[in-house]
Parts: sequence; structure tokens; C-alpha cells
Amino acid sequence: MTEKAIEVTDLTIAYKDKPVLWDVDMSVPVGTLMAIVGPNGAGKTTLIKSILGLIKPAAGQVLVLGKPYTQQRHLVGYVPQRGSVDWDFPTSVLDVVMMGRYGALGWLKRPGGAERAAALDALDKVGIRHLADRQISQLSGGQQQRVFLARALVQGAQLYFMDEPFQGVDATTERAIVTLLQELRSAGKTVVVVHHDLQTVPEYFDWVTMLNVRRIASGPVNEVFTEENLRQTYGGKVAFLSAAGNGKNGKQ
Amino acid sequence: MDISQLLSDLFFDYTLRTVALGALILGMVSGMLGAFAVLRKQSLLGDAISHAALPGIVLAFLLTRQREPVVLILGALIAGWLATLFMIAVTRTTRIKNDTALGLVLSVFFGMGLMLLTFAQRLPDATQAGLDKFLFGQAATLLQSDVITMGIIGALALGLLVVFWKEFKLITFDPEFAASLGFPVRGLDVLLTTLLVIAIVIGLQTVGVVLMSAMIVAPAAAARQWTDRLSLMILLGGLFGAVAGVSGTLISSTAERLPTGPVIVLCISVIVLFSMLFATNRGLVWNWLRSKQNRRKLRARAVLADLNTLAMQHPHEAHGHSVAVLRTMSANPDGVSYALKQLRERGHAYEVSTDVWALTDEGLAQASRNQKEETE
Repeated sequence: MTEKAIEVTDLTIAYKDKPVLWDVDMSVPVGTLMAIVGPNGAGKTTLIKSILGLIKPAAGQVLVLGKPYTQQRHLVGYVPQRGSVDWDFPTSVLDVVMMGRYGALGWLKRPGGAERAAALDALDKVGIRHLADRQISQLSGGQQQRVFLARALVQGAQLYFMDEPFQGVDATTERAIVTLLQELRSAGKTVVVVHHDLQTVPEYFDWVTMLNVRRIASGPVNEVFTEENLRQTYGGKVAFLSAAGNGKNGKQ
Repeated sequence: MDISQLLSDLFFDYTLRTVALGALILGMVSGMLGAFAVLRKQSLLGDAISHAALPGIVLAFLLTRQREPVVLILGALIAGWLATLFMIAVTRTTRIKNDTALGLVLSVFFGMGLMLLTFAQRLPDATQAGLDKFLFGQAATLLQSDVITMGIIGALALGLLVVFWKEFKLITFDPEFAASLGFPVRGLDVLLTTLLVIAIVIGLQTVGVVLMSAMIVAPAAAARQWTDRLSLMILLGGLFGAVAGVSGTLISSTAERLPTGPVIVLCISVIVLFSMLFATNRGLVWNWLRSKQNRRKLRARAVLADLNTLAMQHPHEAHGHSVAVLRTMSANPDGVSYALKQLRERGHAYEVSTDVWALTDEGLAQASRNQKEETE
């Protein structure tokens, strides 16, 4: 059996008395690019956040690379939704990227030359090194997303969680992100992405989890990304679904 | 009173020196910690905390029957802190939103404080005299020992700010990411809020519970106008607060019965107003000048294009065109003559005869370059 990057068993999360995630099982092998898809309110973000220990589950167990998350923090990188922070915060691009090293630095220590070099290197990888000294309020949506990706890259993780990295970015940025994801995979990393565009799932990802409070399906894209499963995930929106089904057959 | 006399008093007059030093400390500490409150969108939290401190002050007096500032400050500290916890509890456990919880806590605690104050003032002995001064502050009551206490508490708060600088910055910008890295965000949150409570409590005796929130919000708001760096913003906030504190003290010392607290708040308001108008990058005047400049640049470009269009319709390019024609072509006819003058300065156009203009060779080249740029 191959090594598991993520092992989720019977995960249940409730907000007040309403279940947000119900009895979810998920097992992701190392070295895969996995998409989490599902309608709004399906619990995609909640699933990621609970794996990262940001939300306490009502029941269930999560293992990250074989151990609980709290022991594996240094192996995990996180890209939150771009809209979750105030981009008018008084700081520079380089400064935000260096925040990715804060966890490894620990208490009291200040970021120095090594952190700076790592941050510049990561900015290079996402193609915006020239913006290093830019104030973050002057960035476009795509550039903001690249900053967040760079911040996760300097974490030097084995496993990455990205919450809607393709949300509201232009085509160039989308291509750049996809290339980056593939580079991460060839380096043996595992990446989990909350994704909205069903058309691109077969093209970008090799593994998919379909979620709608319950887990509908989880596995290799060519096995589980079927019209039947999509129908179950999204309910009765058939016209939309058949378009996605076409995408699956390679007609873009 | 002349300035030199004022300055010599500042150093040699015991009362003035004490009060000015106290105001300096309060302005600096509240300005620096207020910057974090503003960035965390908690500007009004300061208002709620300072109002909530009143019942703490009065209760501390009623329980101990002492008017030692240290005792009263401790009461204020506890009440301010309880109010904050109460507010957090209300938002977490009920459906009441943050702003409503703030309003609720502010009015309930302040109302309680006023009630207790009325009760305390009816006591037969005279020990309670002066408690009501906490409403608007009375700087003149500051003693050297009070200032030393303020200094020590303030230094402690700023020391913690330096020690946890990286962590505070992270939880202010992106608390969720901080939590994913394993930082105890809730604990750091409580610590930072406690420092804010300390900053507020330090200033109560001088500025009073009603106006103290201005000292939290205003220096930070002014500082944000001038810089895009967090460290600089915090330092500027401290500087603005300190300047307002000292100058407010000096101004109020020049006249009888001019209350120090409100004058300090007026001073910081002037700093805020000035910053909002004249700060580079963000100031209104700066922005207005820049957009005016941009408009002029664009207008000159448009007139250049119009002249080029006219030149294309004539056999030889040196043929002049009257300003009246250009005005009818322009979206902003009043700006045409100014734009033409600008073009002449750049050597792009010349006046053939009165009010008749033509492009130079360089102007023609520039026009076609612009055209190319626009179609790309």
C-alpha cells in the first residue's frame, strides 16, 4: 500500500446543531493533485480547515502523513482564501511572504537574511520577484493570489492545502498556478485544492473528492468524476452537469 | 505668556512638568497600541473599554475607601478587562453581532458607572470628592508618583509589544494562517487586547473615560496616512500621541480653567485633519493635485491627437488650425489653450499666427506613437 498523505475517518462537524460535514471518509495518497468540488455550502473549506485543526470536529479522526496534524505542522502549507485578509494592511509583498517562515522560526526570533532569501526565491517561482517591495494594497487579484502561494511555498511543506486559488484570477495567473501545482507534484508533494470550475478538473487534477455535506465520492478523476456522481453532488442541475460531462471527455 | 516662558516652565515648573510628562506617556502608549486596535478593526473597542472602566473606578473606591490612583487604576483595569471578555462571550454564544455587543457593553457598564458615581457622591464624608473628574479627566491632579506608575505600566506594555512583535503582526494580518502555523491565536488576541486595556487605563485620569477612545483611534488614523509600513505606523502613532499630549498640556496651561484632556484631544484632532488633507500618497490635497496633473496630461494628449487628425486632412502638415476648431473637438473646451501651451513647451506644437496652431515634426511623431500605443 502506498503512503497516505491524508487519512480522514468519520469526520463530522456541526455548526450549532446543523451538520456541516457528515461522516466524511477520505484517503489521499502521497504525490497527488487533488481537487475538492461541491456546491456552495457543501463544506469544502470546512473540510480543509478541520484537517488543519482550525475547526474542532464533533467526531472523527484526521491523520496527516500518518500522524495527527499538531505533530506534522511543519510539513503542511496553507493558502487561505484571498478575500480572508485586509489587503490594505500596511506591509510589503516580501514581508507577507516571509510570514510563511514564522512557524519554523518559533517564538521571539525575528526573520533575517535566510528568511529573506527564501521569500525572494519563492517570489521568483510564482513570477513576481519584481514586486517584492510593493505595498500589498497595490496588487491585482492575480498578484495577491501569487503572494499567498509564495507564502505557502516558503513553508517548505510536503503537503499543501489551497482554498480556491483560482478564484477571480486572470488566465495568465491560472496557467502559472497550474504549472506550479504540476511542479509541486513532480517534486513528490501532495496538493489539495478547493476548486469551482468543473470543466478543468480532469485537465488539472488526478484525484478528486466530491462533497456535499456527505462525501459523495473520492478517488482518481478517471474513476469517480462521473456524471452520476456529479448529479448526486450538485442535485438536479442537469444542463450544467452535461457541460461538465463533456469536459470530462476531453472536449474543452 | 510667551513661548520661552512656557518652555522654561515645562522643565522647571513642577506641576506643568509632571502633567506634560504624564500626557506624553499616555499619548505615546495609546498611540502605539491604538494602531493595532485600528488595524484589527477594533477602533470602537477602545471606546467601550474606556466607558466600561468607570464602574471599576467607583467600585474600587467604594470597596477600599481610598483614592490612591493605583487602586482606582486597578479597578479600571479589571472592569475594562471584564467588559472585553463579556463582549467576546456575547458574540460567541449568541447571535448578537460584534457592533451590537460593543454598544451593549458600553452603555450597560457606563450606565452602571454613572449610577455608582451618583451613589458615591451622596456619601456623607468628603473622601469621594473628585471621583467625577474621571469623566473628562483632570490632569492637574497628576502627581509625580502617578506619572512614575504610568511610566512603568506603559513601558511594560510597550516591552511586550516589542517581544511579541512578529506574532502580533501575524495575528493582525491573517489570524487563520497564524493558527495553521500553530500560534495560540486566542491567547495572543487576549494579550494584545489586555495591552490595549492598559493603554486606555493609563490615560483615564488625564483625559477621562468619555474622550479616551480618541487617543486610541486618532493617532493611528493620522499615522496610517503617512506610511505603508507597520513599524513606521506604530512609531508615528506614538509620536503623534506624545506631541498631542505635550502640546495640549502646554496650551491648556496658558489659560485659566482650560481643561487639559479635551485640549489634548483637540490637538490630536488637528494632527488627524492635517494628515488627512496633506499626507503624501493618501492625503486628499495630494490626491487632488495628482489627479489634476493626470487630467492635464491626458488633455494635452487629446489635443495632440486632435491636431494630428486635422493635419491628416490637409495637403501639407504645416497648415494651421484655429483654437475654435480644436475647442469643438475637445471634451473639455476650457482646457484647450492650457493644453496647447503645454504642447508648445514640449516642442510638439507652435502657434502659426494668433490662435492658429500646427504640430511640429516632433509633435507628429509623438502623435503617431500615442496612436500606436492606444491600438495595442
